[in-house]
Amino acid sequence: MAELKYLLFLGCAIPYRVSAYEISTRKVAEKLGIELVEMPEYNCCGLPMDPISHDIMLTLAARNLCVAEKQGLNIMTLCPGCAGTLRKVNKMLKEDKKLKELVNGYLKETGLEFKGTIEVKHLIQVLAEDVGFEKIKGAVQKPLNPLKVAEHNGCHVLRPVKYIGFDDPENPVMLKKLIEATGAQCLDYMDETECCGAPIIGVNEKIPLQLARDKLTHIKDVGAQAMVTVCPFCHMMFDTNQSRIERMFNETFGLPVLHYPQLLGLAMGFSPEELALKELRVDASKLVGTL
Amino acid sequence: MSEKKESQEKETEQRIVLKIAEMDPKFKYEISKIPGAEKIMLCFQCGTCTADCPIARFSETYRPRQLLRMTQLGLKSKVLSSDVIWLCAACFTCVDHCPQDVEIASVLRALRNLAVKEGFLPAVYKELASNILQTGLAYKIPDLRLKKRMETGLPPLPKANLESVNKLAEATGFSKVIQTRRT
Repeated sequence: MAELKYLLFLGCAIPYRVSAYEISTRKVAEKLGIELVEMPEYNCCGLPMDPISHDIMLTLAARNLCVAEKQGLNIMTLCPGCAGTLRKVNKMLKEDKKLKELVNGYLKETGLEFKGTIEVKHLIQVLAEDVGFEKIKGAVQKPLNPLKVAEHNGCHVLRPVKYIGFDDPENPVMLKKLIEATGAQCLDYMDETECCGAPIIGVNEKIPLQLARDKLTHIKDVGAQAMVTVCPFCHMMFDTNQSRIERMFNETFGLPVLHYPQLLGLAMGFSPEELALKELRVDASKLVGTL
Repeated sequence: MSEKKESQEKETEQRIVLKIAEMDPKFKYEISKIPGAEKIMLCFQCGTCTADCPIARFSETYRPRQLLRMTQLGLKSKVLSSDVIWLCAACFTCVDHCPQDVEIASVLRALRNLAVKEGFLPAVYKELASNILQTGLAYKIPDLRLKKRMETGLPPLPKANLESVNKLAEATGFSKVIQTRRT
């Protein structure tokens, strides 16, 4: 088996306000034998700037890829936006000689050159493909059954197919299997693969909040006790904004939203404190008490 | 206003008369030269994108099929000045479902890039852009957060190479384009 050593690409949103995702990831990674190296001098993956300039998106992404190439290590990201962007640009530049020339022309000014020697994976891709389900199951000390949860993948882990090539976006199973490896049951629900709406919340608040409310409703309808996400933005939509949604629609959800490594960490025997569960806006202590 | 009258008015809004003078027949060629938007002319208006779009479900105005048609017809200034093009969440569901392999979300991105050149840049994007030029990241991480990282035992956040980021912003024309904002 290949060595489990990656450059950890934190991105912008996680250090900004979703540190529980990072804290819990580092805990479970260590126990699974994944070595995480800090990504030096990284910058925004480029995704938020694609609407302004496609060229700056390509170039910011390529600069990060070059930094990783210099280190000779593959990248692991926690944010699907970063994973999707870096994976896509990596593939585009590897396959399109003309595009590579254009981007390398920009990068030349900073003494960098894209060569195409590394790979990029999101946390759940690393867990599913490189660590493997058996090893994860083997690390579980306190199986979480009879806990029932619902998953939400985050679009950019899966789409667009032609650039990402991981799992099946129409019927994603990897996160489900990772959840089931903890002993918890992962329930199906209506419109499971739908986007959370977060990317447009800065332009229009109403639509994303309606979308998130719809998903929370469908998840409650099937009787899930918690939701599991693998994206800082999706997490903000369902956890941070849950009380706003409740006020807006005069409804009560009270649905804890856990980062996947928090769920896995609980099953591995870490304490709620070690996994920063108290950072969640929707209180999960009652749920954890039942485990 | 009665519900019936309201729906009639909406219907009328849909059936606008297009003046040939308002159309730019070269617009579709301009768009099709942009990476990702090459297949714009292949759109045959089946409407799969709108039907499967999570945003369209809750928006009364965002209809990707319609925006693609307007682009094909050359309604350049109408499309580029429209707030509606900024509602795509880039979830790429439409890209994966299009039977003609049109990258609809990429066409939307191409339209936004052109809109920005014309000076239409939503405030939130301007702010993210300025954060990136100043810190390397899309959000300004407050000092309190950085301190808390240390307290919780997290390693210090790596510092971005601002000189490189700004050089790249200059080289790609990004620094200039974000200055042209008029909205």
